[in-house]
Amino acid sequence: MFVYADNAATTAMSRAAADAMLPAMGELYGNPSSLHQKGREANYALMGAREAVAKCLHAEPREIYFTGCGTEADNWAITEAARLGALAGKKHIISDAIEHHAVLHTLKKLEKQGFSVTYLPVHENGLVRLEELEAALRPDTCLVTVMFANNEIGTLQPIREIGALCRERGVLFHTDAVQAVGHVPVDVEADNIDMLSLSGHKFHAPKGVGALYCKKSIRLENFIEGGAQERGKRGGTEAIPAILAMAAALQESCAHMEENMAHISAMRDKLIAGLSRIPNARCNGDPDHRAPGIVSFCFEGIEGESLLLRLDLAGICASSGSACTSGSLDPSHVLLALGLPHEIAHGSLRLSLSEYNTMEEVDYILQQVPEVVRTLRQMSPVWLHMLEKMEDPYKE
Amino acid sequence: MAMEYSEKVMEHFAHPHNVGVIEDADGVGEVGNAKCGDIMRMYLKIGEGEVIEDVKFQTFGCASAIATSSIATDMIKGQPLNEALKLTNKAVVEALDGLPAVKIHCSVLAEQAVKAAVADYYKRKGLPYDHPCDACGEEGCCGHSHGQEEE
Ligand SMILES: Cc1ncc(COP(=O)(O)O)c(C=O)c1O
Ligand code: FES
Ligand SMILES: [Zn+2]
Repeated sequence: MFVYADNAATTAMSRAAADAMLPAMGELYGNPSSLHQKGREANYALMGAREAVAKCLHAEPREIYFTGCGTEADNWAITEAARLGALAGKKHIISDAIEHHAVLHTLKKLEKQGFSVTYLPVHENGLVRLEELEAALRPDTCLVTVMFANNEIGTLQPIREIGALCRERGVLFHTDAVQAVGHVPVDVEADNIDMLSLSGHKFHAPKGVGALYCKKSIRLENFIEGGAQERGKRGGTEAIPAILAMAAALQESCAHMEENMAHISAMRDKLIAGLSRIPNARCNGDPDHRAPGIVSFCFEGIEGESLLLRLDLAGICASSGSACTSGSLDPSHVLLALGLPHEIAHGSLRLSLSEYNTMEEVDYILQQVPEVVRTLRQMSPVWLHMLEKMEDPYKE
Repeated sequence: MAMEYSEKVMEHFAHPHNVGVIEDADGVGEVGNAKCGDIMRMYLKIGEGEVIEDVKFQTFGCASAIATSSIATDMIKGQPLNEALKLTNKAVVEALDGLPAVKIHCSVLAEQAVKAAVADYYKRKGLPYDHPCDACGEEGCCGHSHGQEEE
């Protein structure tokens, strides 16, 4: 059996996305900036895509800027908010410890430029606490950036409440919603969001396209100079095929949001219940505030890369936050921020589902993972040392 | 960026040789990797003429760490101790048809584990362990890679 359970890394393109993309790879080849019929045709298609994306977020079309990816949207939003803050003499930013590197590295760069950044702790369940955010707000705070859904442990932050607090204090609020858009309801109006990043390939659109939502009252500066595209703020001829595909994928995801959420979270809950039966295992994240498709576990006494590759041999695609899987040989900053010691973060496994997965696949995962964990434990000196201090849970 | 393991690495990772524990081992060595926190344990059974009669390992680590343990045990099994001590991480990497650059350090663990197990054997026998590292002259396991450096 083959099971793709790494949808937080990327998703398969949907039929709807491919169907929307095909004309743009054929007859719809015009440059939207051209005045002739081919240009107008492409421009209409682009306008339609912008409207569709805006509608899914409850935004206005002119508040949507297409980008090359989610990372770009994060970079743009944060550097812009910082620039606007500095103009007003405000150089303090609040974020949290479990942001994606697209956010963290941008913040690190700003720190080098003289901004100060407060990283809120997330506690053992991976959630930011409102009272801690409130306490961290300063008169010179110009931006709060907190992600909507975490890509490793799936926690859903209290976005609406954070946004309300920021509104009250007159501070800009950005959220990296790359793992949320298309998966859970996102309403920039109701959720009090000023800026939001999204990425197409996380909801069945192709790779290499994303968007930034920026509230129209914010005086966004140009990010890429050189053209009138994206209201002059991001020059460069638009990636029409990818943009059309992203709009189609998002429309489809939003139209089927409720049924998808029900199906995916039922699979997730079965996975969590099943994996929890493995001895010395722990589920990471918050049991209630959790994205429908993301399951994160740590298994004591084993290492994640081995687990991952053994599952790969069994036909299951997953991921891990283990030190050995990261190029830097550091365990995932997200798992460490939960307070997990290095050796436990070492045995981490992330399974992430989409509406294309089935209960049969979940059953297959639940049959394979316990076996692989047990096999690796049998060859682990760490597990051997643990057995000196506890009863062997595998003893019949 | 995804790393590629050679077929040989995957073969040893999927079906490692000499996994397990030798209850009445003559020498046991356990070494840890400062880089990523992984651990390797090696057991030796020494026979007539200081020949390694049997060897078993346990490893907590990545696919590369498991594959290097497996092939290193193959390489020293049946060898006299003084030959086994000549095992370098470079030879292990070559036998595996190479390792990705970030994974070279995993092969150091195998070399160290063999040396630590032999040192333990000598200690139990009350014999002096006079096999300083060829590269740096240090006694016993020295914790750096020999011949094949990491990038
Ligand atoms: C939370 C989060 N933010 C940002 C990104 C980056 O998105 P992209 O791959 O489109 O640059 C990802 C995906 O890797 C993500 O999970
Ligand atoms: S032992 Fe950890 S990276 Fe190989
Ligand atoms: Zn040395």
